[in-house]
Amino acid sequence: MEQVKCECGHVNPHGTAFCESCGKPLVDLGERPLLDMRYEGSARRSQTYKKTIIDQIWAFFSSVKVGVALIVITLVASAIGTIFPQQMYIPPNVDPAEYYKQQYGWAGKLYYELGFNNLYGSWWYILLIALIGVSLVICSLDRVIPLYRALKRQGVKRHPHFLERQRLFGVSHVSDLDKTMAVLKERLAARRYHVREEGGHLLAEKGRFSRWGPYVNHIGLIIFLIGAMLRSVPGMYTDRVMWIPEGETKEIPGTNGRYFLKSEKFIFETYEKGKDNEVFNAAIDRVGNGMIAKNYQTNVVLYKRVGPVIPGAKPKLEKVKEYPIRVNEPLKFDHYALYQVDFRLNEPKAMSFQLADKQSGKTFGTVTVDLYDPKESYNLGHGYRVELLSYFPDFEFDEDGNPSTKSRVPNNPAFVFKMYAPDRPKGEVSFVAIRQTIEPFGDNKYKMAFAGLQTRNVSGLTVRRDFTLWILGLGGVIFMIGLIQGMYWNHRRIWVQRINGELWIAAHTNKNWFGLKNELRRLLDGTGVAMPTDRLEEEKQAGQGGQAHGTA
Amino acid sequence: MAQLSSTLLYIAFVLYLIGTFFFGGAIRDKRKERQGKDRWSQFGIAVTIIGFLAQVGYFVTRWIAAGHAPVSNLFEFTTFFGMMLVAAFIIIYFIYRLSVLGLFALPVALLVIAYASMFPREISPLIPALQSDWLHIHVTTAAAGEAILAISFVAGLIYLIRVVDQSKPSKRTFWLEVVMFCLITTLGFVIVSTAFGLSGYEAKFTWIDKNKQTAEVIYDMPALVGPHKGELAKESAGRMEPLVEMPAMINAKKLNTVLWSLMAGTVLYILLRLGLRKRIAAALQPLVKNVNLDLTDEISYRAVAIGFPVFTLGALIFAMIWAQIAWTRFWGWDPKEVWALITWLFYAAFLHLRLSKGWHGEKSAWLAVIGFAIIMFNLVAVNLVIAGLHSYAGTS
Repeated sequence: MEQVKCECGHVNPHGTAFCESCGKPLVDLGERPLLDMRYEGSARRSQTYKKTIIDQIWAFFSSVKVGVALIVITLVASAIGTIFPQQMYIPPNVDPAEYYKQQYGWAGKLYYELGFNNLYGSWWYILLIALIGVSLVICSLDRVIPLYRALKRQGVKRHPHFLERQRLFGVSHVSDLDKTMAVLKERLAARRYHVREEGGHLLAEKGRFSRWGPYVNHIGLIIFLIGAMLRSVPGMYTDRVMWIPEGETKEIPGTNGRYFLKSEKFIFETYEKGKDNEVFNAAIDRVGNGMIAKNYQTNVVLYKRVGPVIPGAKPKLEKVKEYPIRVNEPLKFDHYALYQVDFRLNEPKAMSFQLADKQSGKTFGTVTVDLYDPKESYNLGHGYRVELLSYFPDFEFDEDGNPSTKSRVPNNPAFVFKMYAPDRPKGEVSFVAIRQTIEPFGDNKYKMAFAGLQTRNVSGLTVRRDFTLWILGLGGVIFMIGLIQGMYWNHRRIWVQRINGELWIAAHTNKNWFGLKNELRRLLDGTGVAMPTDRLEEEKQAGQGGQAHGTA
Repeated sequence: MAQLSSTLLYIAFVLYLIGTFFFGGAIRDKRKERQGKDRWSQFGIAVTIIGFLAQVGYFVTRWIAAGHAPVSNLFEFTTFFGMMLVAAFIIIYFIYRLSVLGLFALPVALLVIAYASMFPREISPLIPALQSDWLHIHVTTAAAGEAILAISFVAGLIYLIRVVDQSKPSKRTFWLEVVMFCLITTLGFVIVSTAFGLSGYEAKFTWIDKNKQTAEVIYDMPALVGPHKGELAKESAGRMEPLVEMPAMINAKKLNTVLWSLMAGTVLYILLRLGLRKRIAAALQPLVKNVNLDLTDEISYRAVAIGFPVFTLGALIFAMIWAQIAWTRFWGWDPKEVWALITWLFYAAFLHLRLSKGWHGEKSAWLAVIGFAIIMFNLVAVNLVIAGLHSYAGTS
């Protein structure tokens, strides 16, 4: 690999546009009056080597144009994904093909056929994000290494061609060069510049660390993307749902039987006029009293299993803590978080019946059937007894006209009771369902009269454990640091040199030229050194045919 | 307390209006090249600051009255966005001392606040998902970020008005007029909403929704487009019959409001064009004649440089933290989240084009305008049209 030796003696890598040390242009700049200072003229791999396939891939991904194109494509794709709801937001019990067509007509059908209903999980969307990731890595490496080299090796004394090709540049005659230099040096130091002096020349620099901002924030982004990728690694991420009725204790799914939860109570509250702050009255009136939700809460007790897991045996539980789980206040334990996400109010729990004499109406005791765990026999004393012959939680007549059940959920419970009494020792059979009673073997003397329904609330909780969160957090923090570092500071350099008895001054900043000019003005005020001219502005003015400019 | 709060907002609104005129005066003053201090600008910024303090007063008193920061519905959020816009303008003004910025930033803030006031303004209680300190942290930071980015739009707009050649029609003059038309249509929306609101117009329809259920809807503007199989209810007999009936999947009431706003905007725009006898942007051009283009360009960029990190923090990072706490996941591809990501990607592209591809000046100014359009889309369309988890209560 050939290297380029500058006349100042510094050896530059092949491809360098101007000397890392003295800034003398190494390539023919032609008529271009200003140097392109973006990467300090350093030799970037992508700009220098273009032979092999690897070189070409590298050059492709290191291009900002490609990076921006990827960003814009991702942007447009993301926007398309919001035209209709994504599949995760449509009702879960419908056929998506039908749903999109029915709700949104031909456009919805097309949307579904193109796979836009799951756009953000599609292979091509993920590929786009991955390509952005690759671009981030290559773009950063391609620039940061040579840039670091160039900034580290920059000399104090610069070649006149370098100075006169800066955007802010001026030459002044001053009476006492030494004194002026001394004053400038002092003022620069007072303005928190890091001043280096060499052979009577000055290089004042500040905020160089802001040049690393973009690379720091890119590192943050890459860490974030890695974190997002790790979610698909087994064990890193748990996402389960548990439905738990009041009064029950259940194993928490996803914890491998180590944790159990008991729901003491589910609480649902709404805002009500008279009870809540009266400034809300107008809003409550508009929506309706009792229509705005105020609180969803499940009071739970968390248990931990003690001892080994013995199949079939009742686990030994140890109370860990009591906690009210509310929206925004999940229960956290051992990297798990339990969230209040859903609920079902007033689910049937038990039904009560009274054994009654149909004619006299006299009753002989109450039978309460647990709809989830019914007993077979209920002894009412004095020779009265009821047996539950059959139970259909979700009753229907099947194809053959026989009673059966659709599910285990007590949506429509029906019972076959056999009632025993001292005067009916063989018992009477009665089929009891909601609003209907059938006596299959002729007239009965007794009946099971409906005496009440006990209900309970069921909480829907989400169980999460996410070991990627800290990686995502770290990525986010690094990204913010890099962003602030790069955006809120800028890298300013001022070169002051004596050349042929004149004072040459040139200045550069990576952004905020307005600020740099103000600083220069204050710096040079009263020193007799002329304010350097903004040659970019001059150029533009020349281009605009000398149009008048207003105040700056 | 709530009453005082409304009054303070009203005062702020009027003061911003007065401030605009002072900044206008400052431009006229400069044209005459008067020497000495620029009194107009000084009054302008003083009035603006007092207006801002009044609006802070509105914010604080409403917070005390409600017991939570007033950023929980569309009215409150948009008003707060207007307030942050003014705050961002004040800060940028003291960095760059550019009066013409006030002449354009304050009207944009006025439009934003007026637009906000068209939505239900009563203090609403917080639903469980919003009961968190993150409401204050996330929403205020996001709004501040968007407001600073909006200053970039204002500076970009000034740049374009100054630089686009108005002597002959072109693509540039056309799109600049589109921007003007959008701003005027917002005004149109405010005018028609206020007019029909004051007249107390109400027409109740019964209609068949997309699930084939009978529903009711109350229009507060005469129905140009009616709901699916809509019929005027008895108590609204005599109200205007819709000209066209919409299919069930389209929200006819919202479309109706959009149509009225567009009509009012078009009428206003045509009247202005007839009165001025030139393009709106051409009529504004003399106001910005003396503007330093490089400085305007720098302000536009600086606003993005300052606003982008704030936006990232508020609209993405804080948003993710809160989403993890309230909705169990930090990211769920909800439309509002996606549009925040789109905004972020857009400004990321903006910065890359500017820093690495050298897109300065006019190109950069157009990008600033597009960026603001995306922010407004997220504020307006995503809340009112797309509506996911973020759709605030009370936009019926």
